Amino acid sequence: MTTVSDTAHALRLRSVSKTFGGVKALQSVDFEVRAGEVHCLAGENGCGKSTLIKIVTGVYTPDAGGEIELFGERVGTTSPTKARALGIAVIWQDLALFPHMTVAENIAFDEMVGVAPRLAFGGRYKGRVRKVLDRLNVSLDLDTRLGDLPIAQRQVVAIARALMGDARLVFMDEPTASLTQSETDALLKVVRTLSAQGVAVVFVSHRLAEVIDISERVTVLRDGKLVGVYPTDGMTQYRLGELMTGAQLENVVRAQDRSTALPVLEVKALSRHDEFKDIDLIIRQGEVLGLTGLIGAGRSELAHALIGMNAPDKGEIRLGGSPIRLRSIRDAIARGVAYVSEDRLSLGLIQPQSIADNTVISVLDRILGAFGLISPARQSRLVRHWIEELAVKIGKPDDAVSTLSGGNQQRVVLAKWLATEPRLLILDSPTVGVDVGARAGIFRIVRRLADEGLAILLISDEVSEVMFNADRVLHMADGKIVGEYDPHATSVQDLEALIYA
Amino acid sequence: MRDLFRIYPVEARLSVVLFLMILGLSLATDTFLTLGNITSLLNNNAVNLIWAVGLLVVLIAGGIDISFAVAASVVQYVAAQIFMGIGGGSWAIGFLVAAALGIGLGMVNALLIHGFRVISIVITIATFNAFFGLLMFFTKGRNIYNLPDWWTDRIFIFERQAPDGSWSELNLSVAVMIACVLATWALIRLTTLGRQLYAFGDNPEGARRSGVNIWQMQIVAFGWCGMMAGIGGLMQVNIAQEIVPNALYGRELDVLAAVVLGGARLGGGRGTVVGCVLGVMFVAITQNGLNLLGISPFAFQMIIGATILVAISSSNLSFKLWNRSRDTEARLKENTT
Repeated sequence: MTTVSDTAHALRLRSVSKTFGGVKALQSVDFEVRAGEVHCLAGENGCGKSTLIKIVTGVYTPDAGGEIELFGERVGTTSPTKARALGIAVIWQDLALFPHMTVAENIAFDEMVGVAPRLAFGGRYKGRVRKVLDRLNVSLDLDTRLGDLPIAQRQVVAIARALMGDARLVFMDEPTASLTQSETDALLKVVRTLSAQGVAVVFVSHRLAEVIDISERVTVLRDGKLVGVYPTDGMTQYRLGELMTGAQLENVVRAQDRSTALPVLEVKALSRHDEFKDIDLIIRQGEVLGLTGLIGAGRSELAHALIGMNAPDKGEIRLGGSPIRLRSIRDAIARGVAYVSEDRLSLGLIQPQSIADNTVISVLDRILGAFGLISPARQSRLVRHWIEELAVKIGKPDDAVSTLSGGNQQRVVLAKWLATEPRLLILDSPTVGVDVGARAGIFRIVRRLADEGLAILLISDEVSEVMFNADRVLHMADGKIVGEYDPHATSVQDLEALIYA
Repeated sequence: MRDLFRIYPVEARLSVVLFLMILGLSLATDTFLTLGNITSLLNNNAVNLIWAVGLLVVLIAGGIDISFAVAASVVQYVAAQIFMGIGGGSWAIGFLVAAALGIGLGMVNALLIHGFRVISIVITIATFNAFFGLLMFFTKGRNIYNLPDWWTDRIFIFERQAPDGSWSELNLSVAVMIACVLATWALIRLTTLGRQLYAFGDNPEGARRSGVNIWQMQIVAFGWCGMMAGIGGLMQVNIAQEIVPNALYGRELDVLAAVVLGGARLGGGRGTVVGCVLGVMFVAITQNGLNLLGISPFAFQMIIGATILVAISSSNLSFKLWNRSRDTEARLKENTT
């Protein structure tokens, strides 16, 4: 415990619980944030992080028996408006901003939502908006439409909006999930500015490196219970991952030499204007080839060319020894290339449809029965096979995909593509939005598929992911392959230093 | 100036096109740029513009209203009954009654949309049919010619006689139109309600989380549209001197086309009163110009259709190209750091 007096605390929870139906989402959790501190809230999906945030911001009422103290004052029930009045702001993952309104209108918006309609002139609040941006040390054109800004600057607008309401405690839910490295750095700088001015920030992120970098202390939750509060000084990603999952993680290099196996994919001098240039690579049977580099290095663009989404300008793609020219994704599927996209939630799955329907969407022609109509028996046989094979935790195959957790959704995407019986599987950032425990499960599947002879291209911007799961690692920068590494002969730190240099 | 093109691309382009059209027509004909032609253009389009600003508010709030034109017919009929019932009435009573009836019909839409959580296009197609069906059923399709004198008497707010003896004048409806346009501008630009309407149309969930009252938004949007429908209906009777039950049937699409041409976004969150005025003027001047040039009236709808296609797709296209070049720029910048 600290010796700091109570008034120095922005937030203090004592034995707060929340029960939904019979499920205990939070069990007697203590949580405290000091004024001006950057505090990280860590835990796997479903550990109770969002429940905790929603209790503090007044969306949920906690079970009787707990205590909530805000800025040294006991509070009873809160509501979203009350929480805002007390100086609590949440920056949601999906931002809740207005893309067609201007920057100034977005930042000042909360003042437009009042009890009685009244006049609102632009000039009245623009001065204060400018002051808030000055406080954050950023300059933005106030009259630009928000939708014209890159996502990173929209985050800054969301933060400014919170400050406009004199927030003293800001919750940030995965603010860096879709940012590039340099954008993340810029955002973390803004967070530090905030904390230097006495605003407490509670930071939630799946990127553990960032968590350790930005916060002074981290509170770890697991299954709705408090695991502990730890200083981030001397904390490692590995140790934090273990605390979150409660299991020993298998972070060992497993790379094997597959150089004698038959090549499945050979790419020679492949180029596409403005995207990538002179790419040479080979992936052999049973090999996992890691491809890493900064976001924007051209990794996904290369993948798009390999599955026929975009035609390359020059160069050659050989699949199983013979040159191919892919005209469409259907063409690629027919030739045995499968692609699990980066944006699983919007591109990879049809959320409101059932797990079963999602699994068979790319192989409808294989489950046809009499008269060329879909045979329910064949469909359920195929679905059952893949659900068992990939150990997807589901209620019924008829449940909507949207009811599954991130990790299980990712398995359904995998099932959908494996059902096409591919020779080459391209995984583009397969663990975005998937928590640490579920990541291990996905990589176990990847490893097993490779052992069965599938060639796999694993694209990820997390260096540790390719180090521990690929047989060889390629580094891509500015649209070119700039280096090849053997995971046994290098370390995560060395590789990270090279990439972020 | 460049900022104007960036922030209001549709409005800025449309005003350039409109200016060129006016310039071209003034040179090509000696009838276009005459006081007589311009006043009749304004008189003939006042009602359309009153409806257009009403519809604009609904579009900004992310909805659509197909029913307002037949709602205006319903208002005309019911108002006529009320005026006969009270033995005449006056302009003041007329405005009150027409606005109240219009707001009432708008409320029906808002209530159904909010109560049943059904998207506005479905509800207003339903009420469009229901309003029109009820109207034809109860009136048996008969016109009303016997109207209070104040309603059908022409009131001129401006008149001038040309040297050749012909008169140019502006109707009362033009004054009402100006009032409606200014009132709508004040609502959406100068009040907190207006800001909330834009936000609600832009990102309904974000607006809800910020504490915007969704029910209030639907009431304001459809109530305003209904009020404009009623007032437009009142003025249309003043111009037409009679009430014909199916006279306004189909006008909703003409008005919608003009508003969309003026830059209002069907998905909500974007649209300006200036754009609305420009859109209505564009349609009006196109029709007027073709007339003066002696081109077949059938060409008119063809041109309006083509213009919508070109205007909407070109604004999307340039947006995409611009974004793409910016992305590449951003990437290049990042690579050099």
